[in-house]
Amino acid sequence: MEYVVQQIMNALAFGAEYALLALGLAIVFSIMGLVNFAHGEIIAVGGYTMVAAAALAFKNPMIVIGAAITAAVVASVTLERVAFRPVRYADPTTGLLTAFGVSMILQNLFLLLVSPRPITVTSLFFLEWSIDLGGVRVSSLQLFEALATIVVIILLMLFLRRTLLGLAMRAASLDFEMVRLSGVRANRVFAIAFMISGLLAGIACVFIMARRGSVDPHLGFDPVLKAFVACVVGGFGSLPGAVLGGFLLGAVEVAMLVMLPQSLGGMTDAFVFGIIALLLFWRPDGLLAPRSEKGDKH
Amino acid sequence: MLRVRNLRVYHGIIEAVHGINIEVPLGKCVALLGPNGAGKTSTISAITGVVKSEGSVSFEDRNLSSLSVEDRIKAGISVSPEGRRVFANLTVEENLVLGGALKPKCRSDRIAEWFKTFPILGERRAQPAGTLSGGEQQMLAIARALMNEPKILLLDEPSLGLAPKIASQIFEMIKNLKQENITILLVEQNATQALKLSDYAYFLNNGHILAEGKPEELGGREDLMAELTGIT
Ligand SMILES: Nc1ncnc2c1ncn2[C@@H]1O[C@H](COP(=O)(O)OP(=O)(O)O)[C@@H](O)[C@H]1O
Ligand SMILES: [Mg+2]
Repeated sequence: MEYVVQQIMNALAFGAEYALLALGLAIVFSIMGLVNFAHGEIIAVGGYTMVAAAALAFKNPMIVIGAAITAAVVASVTLERVAFRPVRYADPTTGLLTAFGVSMILQNLFLLLVSPRPITVTSLFFLEWSIDLGGVRVSSLQLFEALATIVVIILLMLFLRRTLLGLAMRAASLDFEMVRLSGVRANRVFAIAFMISGLLAGIACVFIMARRGSVDPHLGFDPVLKAFVACVVGGFGSLPGAVLGGFLLGAVEVAMLVMLPQSLGGMTDAFVFGIIALLLFWRPDGLLAPRSEKGDKH
Repeated sequence: MLRVRNLRVYHGIIEAVHGINIEVPLGKCVALLGPNGAGKTSTISAITGVVKSEGSVSFEDRNLSSLSVEDRIKAGISVSPEGRRVFANLTVEENLVLGGALKPKCRSDRIAEWFKTFPILGERRAQPAGTLSGGEQQMLAIARALMNEPKILLLDEPSLGLAPKIASQIFEMIKNLKQENITILLVEQNATQALKLSDYAYFLNNGHILAEGKPEELGGREDLMAELTGIT
């Protein structure tokens, strides 16, 4: 029983991390058709900010967490302003190359200016202890991660349904020009999309750092790769798809970890991606692909 | 007054409109007629700033040429675009809220007004706008365009693709707007109906103004009317 619950918690925690990051990718993609490959570097910025905040002798972990999330948001919005705004209306390939370039530049900056080696941050270890849930012991960190993700998803949904900018973002995914023709500034829509994307990356960063305890220039690579897969599974550009894809990927990953014999342990990802490939064979556009018709635009 | 001077409109390197002059005086309804591909939508797009153009567009003696799309809307221009372009994934009500982005004051009162005017939209307020029929989407598109309380409304082929009966409902709606002294630039291929509503008319073909004048003068020109497809 305990084993099953623990594995479910594992799946939820993995899934939550992927869902947070996949949502961040999907939000940006849905309004500007850009796969933001620099999303991983935004997570790394959060990680390094934790190092800096801890080194500045902020003993209060809440300050360290707040600083990391703030830095991720600022980094994301800055990237939009500096790198993506000039290619905003360019063709998708240009955007893609820009995102790759930005990702490389940031990674190299981390390598040159900080260190290629992992730097340990201990401020977040307090998040991890063992909680007794009716006789079953689960990890507090995993519980927090799942809960935080659910809260974030609900808040995001409220934002998208209840605020003018939220409506504008949803509408912009189908017809951005018409949103501008309603008087909503495109700059605000892009800024808010990157802000939310950065916020989600920052929150994910806190949990990644709490689990790994160290940051290196490639901190975000693996999580964002998985998030990208989650987006593809869910249907790229669909926000519910990103969430579904994230949790599904977490579940498949944990199932593989549990079911594969020890000798194949190193090949979990290969099996996971194999299953995903089969899934895409069945549903090439992902599970919740956004409808391809763009209103009545054309 | 909206004044378009020597307007040239470009789609990439193609020049679609070759230096036209149009004026829409305050409180008037001006028709812009012409067959498919004449450059009507290009003209509208140049006025709202979504395509590249040369020449000048001014509104209330203010030159709009260097303004962004958003600033032109803020200056009081609003458009019900060709093909309606309602936000299909938003509900009817959300479409109206977003349409009134610049005028949050009393927005819900104005939405309630519209639901009274068009009960069918009221009934479907919580439905995605994409589920509406063509005529309903057109009503919604016009209502949405008016939510920002614009000083001038640009209507791009509001009757396009609608059954004659539905189309006359839309023209009825435009007539009511006219009675409220809303300034309108009406782009149409349905000349008969558009000329009935307008105070002045231009005839555009191949990016040139072929003729302009009182509606009855233009309506009498057999040669022009023959150019138009889908005359009813
Ligand atoms: N996005 C575009 N790219 C290239 N050519 C275009 C584009 N839009 C319109 N055109 C061309 O410009 C001309 C005028 O088109 P348009 O303004 O849509 O005419 P109308 O609205 O009167 O039917 C046409 O020859 C059309 O093919
Ligand atoms: Mg047209």
